[in-house]
Amino acid sequence: MCPGPPRPAPYNALVGTVRQIEAAEITRVVRELCMEICYTVPAEMVELMRRAREREESPLGRQILDLLIHNQRLAAEGEYPYCQDTGYTVVFLDLGQDVHVIGADLYGAIDEGVRQGYGDGYLRGSIVRDPLFDRRNTGDNTPGFVHTRVVPGDQIRIQVDAKGAGSENMGKHAMLKPADGLEGVKHFVLKAVAESGPNACPPGIIGVGVGGNFEMSAVIAKRALMRKVGQPSSDPQIAELEAELYEKCNALGLGPEALGGTQTVLAVHVETMPTHIASLPVAVNIECHAHRTGSRVI
Amino acid sequence: MSVEVLGDGRKRVRAPLSDDDVRALDAGDVVLVSGNVYAARDAAHKRMVEMLDAGEPLPFDPSGQIVYYVGPTPERPGNVIGSAGPTTASRMDRWTPRLLELGLKGIIGKGGRGPAIRAELARHTAVYMAALGGGGALAALRVRSQKVIAFEDLGTEAIRAMELDDFPVWVVNDATGQDYYSEAVRPWRRNDLLPEDLRVPGPESAAEGDGGG
Repeated sequence: MCPGPPRPAPYNALVGTVRQIEAAEITRVVRELCMEICYTVPAEMVELMRRAREREESPLGRQILDLLIHNQRLAAEGEYPYCQDTGYTVVFLDLGQDVHVIGADLYGAIDEGVRQGYGDGYLRGSIVRDPLFDRRNTGDNTPGFVHTRVVPGDQIRIQVDAKGAGSENMGKHAMLKPADGLEGVKHFVLKAVAESGPNACPPGIIGVGVGGNFEMSAVIAKRALMRKVGQPSSDPQIAELEAELYEKCNALGLGPEALGGTQTVLAVHVETMPTHIASLPVAVNIECHAHRTGSRVI
Repeated sequence: MSVEVLGDGRKRVRAPLSDDDVRALDAGDVVLVSGNVYAARDAAHKRMVEMLDAGEPLPFDPSGQIVYYVGPTPERPGNVIGSAGPTTASRMDRWTPRLLELGLKGIIGKGGRGPAIRAELARHTAVYMAALGGGGALAALRVRSQKVIAFEDLGTEAIRAMELDDFPVWVVNDATGQDYYSEAVRPWRRNDLLPEDLRVPGPESAAEGDGGG
């Protein structure tokens, strides 16, 4: 199922109760997250890479995983970012409906956090101001790409992902026919991973969004990547699909850096949502082994 | 001849490369690259080709040289460079033939090249090598010096002269047109678990091997 907005219970029924949050606080949190995640990946990633090293059958694959684990540790020392592509800054914002942001524009505050974090963190600005007519670098990685949900409560949850373009460029989207069904979706995912080859820097995480409409399928594919990595879906049918896709993606034999091996993906996360009687949208969003994400609650 | 074969089978090369150097490198080799290479990626390539179209000389003479597709992070005070791993090479396919025509001998990036580029590499006796994708921190430790030599306004995409020291890469496309990615995956693909169109021929041939390490 689509991860609905978190529902803190009970719903705040106190009429007129509003919590004020300074925009500067949002800036501070975004700045810190940017600086942190580009050097230190989540603990679950360290564990999944270790497990991949244990499971890898190809000697070359094991050597490569050793190097990548070395790179992971070196980056965590805080001198050199994990990867020179410090990504698009994607921000998932869960904004409590009882929050009043004061002092500055909310999205402006987020971009200011990105600007400061990328500057102070010695991170690469990788965003050009216009895709077609003016591909000049903005220099500070702004703008961040923000997905906002308004949720019950008086808190703000901010999750930041530094999303590398090598894997992002290997994403695929299709409007399948309902008749294509589950088999059609599985085939589409496998083909996307097979074609991503070395460009997506395997082993990675595969985010799959099924259902919704054209754009929602893509958004939930990215949300799938934001789940605690390796944690199966809470829906047993989807968890089973994830396990099957994990096995089959690894059967592709790409292996670490696509130089052959049994560990092509570290996890497959699938999210679904209701869709139209005529539609079966599917999106595949790939994250490389540089899975740089973190979150805070204000 | 600057290619040295080490005891463990790895090869060590020093830029610039001669045709004989290039011919001594085979798809699948692990190679340690030293010497001066030129860092350039998308925007620098686009601009170099525009300069060639306008009849202007390039900021460096590509003859015999190695180009590394990289856009590093800013260096911290006291460090030579920031993270400096490879970027996806196929994005440069459109511009690469122009540099090969001028004698470029080596390219370092990541990911596969299109069939047209593989043919061009063979025609010009040049080699394409992949570095560790997403290993930017490790890569930084193998860079001894770097200096922006052109297109400073492009920031991370400027052209840099970069001194490498035993920088590890794999030979993907050698001068005979071999493609190591397609070879490397073959023994590991489990055709029995995959739909027909994703199967590859001949995985049994290397089932007992080590995967071409």
